[in-house]
Amino acid sequence: MSRAAASPRRRSLGAIFVIPALIGLFSLVGLVSALAGDGFSDLLSWAGLAVPLIAIVWACARRRQ
Amino acid sequence: MLARVQYAECDLVAFSGGAQVHMSQSTIQIWSWLHKWSSLVCTLFLLMLCVTGLPLIFHHEIEHLTGEEYVMPDLPGDDGLESLDTVLAEALASRPGEVGLFMSFDEDRPVVNVTSGPSYDAPERQMTLMSLDWRSADFVPPPVEEGIMAVILQLHIDLFLGLPGKFFLGAMGALFVVAIVSGVVLYAPFMRKHDFGTLRVSRSRRVKWLDWHNLLGIVTLAWASVVGLTGVINAFSEPITATWQATQLGEMTAGYREAEPPAELGSIQGAIEAVTTAAPGMRVQFVAFPGGLYSTDHHYAVFLQGATPLTKRLLTVGLVDAATGELTDIRPMPWYMQALLLSQPLHFGDYGGLPMKILWALLDLVTIVVLGSGVYLWLARRKRPVRALMAEAGA
Repeated sequence: MSRAAASPRRRSLGAIFVIPALIGLFSLVGLVSALAGDGFSDLLSWAGLAVPLIAIVWACARRRQ
Repeated sequence: MLARVQYAECDLVAFSGGAQVHMSQSTIQIWSWLHKWSSLVCTLFLLMLCVTGLPLIFHHEIEHLTGEEYVMPDLPGDDGLESLDTVLAEALASRPGEVGLFMSFDEDRPVVNVTSGPSYDAPERQMTLMSLDWRSADFVPPPVEEGIMAVILQLHIDLFLGLPGKFFLGAMGALFVVAIVSGVVLYAPFMRKHDFGTLRVSRSRRVKWLDWHNLLGIVTLAWASVVGLTGVINAFSEPITATWQATQLGEMTAGYREAEPPAELGSIQGAIEAVTTAAPGMRVQFVAFPGGLYSTDHHYAVFLQGATPLTKRLLTVGLVDAATGELTDIRPMPWYMQALLLSQPLHFGDYGGLPMKILWALLDLVTIVVLGSGVYLWLARRKRPVRALMAEAGA
C-alpha cells in the first residue's frame, strides 16, 4: 500500500502543485540565466536545469526505501 | 474549470470507492479527451523530433569528431584584413553566373562566409555556402553541411517537404503544447491522494506506468513547454520574417516604393562602414543582399549585434542604399523578430556549454519516455474506461 492510501486526507490544489511549480521555476531560471551571461550565469543555468532530473532520481530512491 | 459539482463528485466517489475529486466528471472527460487526442495526433511526430533532436544537440561536437579541424594559418607580416569587396569577388569567381545573397562573419576567427545562389530570391536548397580567410581572401573549408547530420537536420526541420513540412511540424508542436497544458490539468485529480513523486510498486503494470507518466511529465513541464513553443516559433520563421519585411522594412524604405532596383550593386565594404559608423560599439553579424527575404530590392541590410551576452542576440538592422552606399535608416528589430531570434538558442540548447547540452539530452530522453508511456496508457486504457483508471489512481 502506498503511503497516501494509508491516510484518508485529500490534498488541496496548492499542495498538489507546489513542488511541480518550484521545479518549473528552477527550470525557467536555468533556461534564461545562460542567455543573460557567461560564467556564473552558466553555473546557475546547469543547476536550474538539473532540478527536474534530481526530482526523478529522488522519486526513484524514495520508492526503494 | 475546477469547480466542485456535487452530483459528479458523488458519482466519482461511488466509482472510486472513497476517492473524492474536485473536478466534475464532465470537466475531467473534456480535458482527458483533449489530452488524448492532442497527444495521439502529435506523438509519432514528436517521437521523431525527440529522436532526431538528440544527435542535433551535439552536432557541433559530432562534426568536430568526424571532420578534420581546420587550423587558420599564420600570415606573417600581414595582419590586416582584405576589403570585403575583394573577398566577395573571390567567392563569386568560383560560382560563375551566381550572385551574392548573404555575408556573415565568424565570431572567433577572421573568416567571412559568403552564400551565393542563381538568383536573388533563390530557395535555400539552391544556395552555396563558402568560407574565406578575411586576411587573404583564400578559401577555407566551409562548415560541414552534408552527410548523416544534414539528413537528420532536414528531417527534424521539415520532413524533406519544404515549407509545408515545416508548417506541419509547427502544428504538431502546437498540439504538443496543448497536450502539456491538458496533462497538467489532469495531473490534479490523479494526484489528490498521492504525494509528489509517488511511484507505486505493488500495482499493475498500467498503474506503474501511469505514475511514471505523471512524474516525468510534470517535472519536465517547463522545459518541454519552452522547447515546444520555441520549436513552433522557429517553424513559422518564414512568415514571421515576411511580416517584418512587409512592415518594418517597408516603413524604413517608404521613399523607394516606385524606384527601380539598382542595376549594379555598390561596395559592400562601404555599406558596412556606413552602418558601423552610425552604431559604434556594435558588431556586424551578417549582411543580406538586395532582393532576398531579409532585405529590400534596393538595400544592403546590415544586421548588428550588441557586445554583451544578452544584447548579442538582439539585432539592429541598418539599411544602406545599394546604389549610392548611403545609410537610409537604422532601427532595432521589432519584438516578434527578437522573439524569433531568442527562440533559436532556447530550442537548440546550445548557449550554455557542454553541461547544458547533456542536461538537454537527458530531458529529451525523459520526454521520449513520457510520449511512449502515454501511448502505452492509451492502449491499455482502451480496455477499461477512464473512470476506472481514475478510480484506481485514487484507490
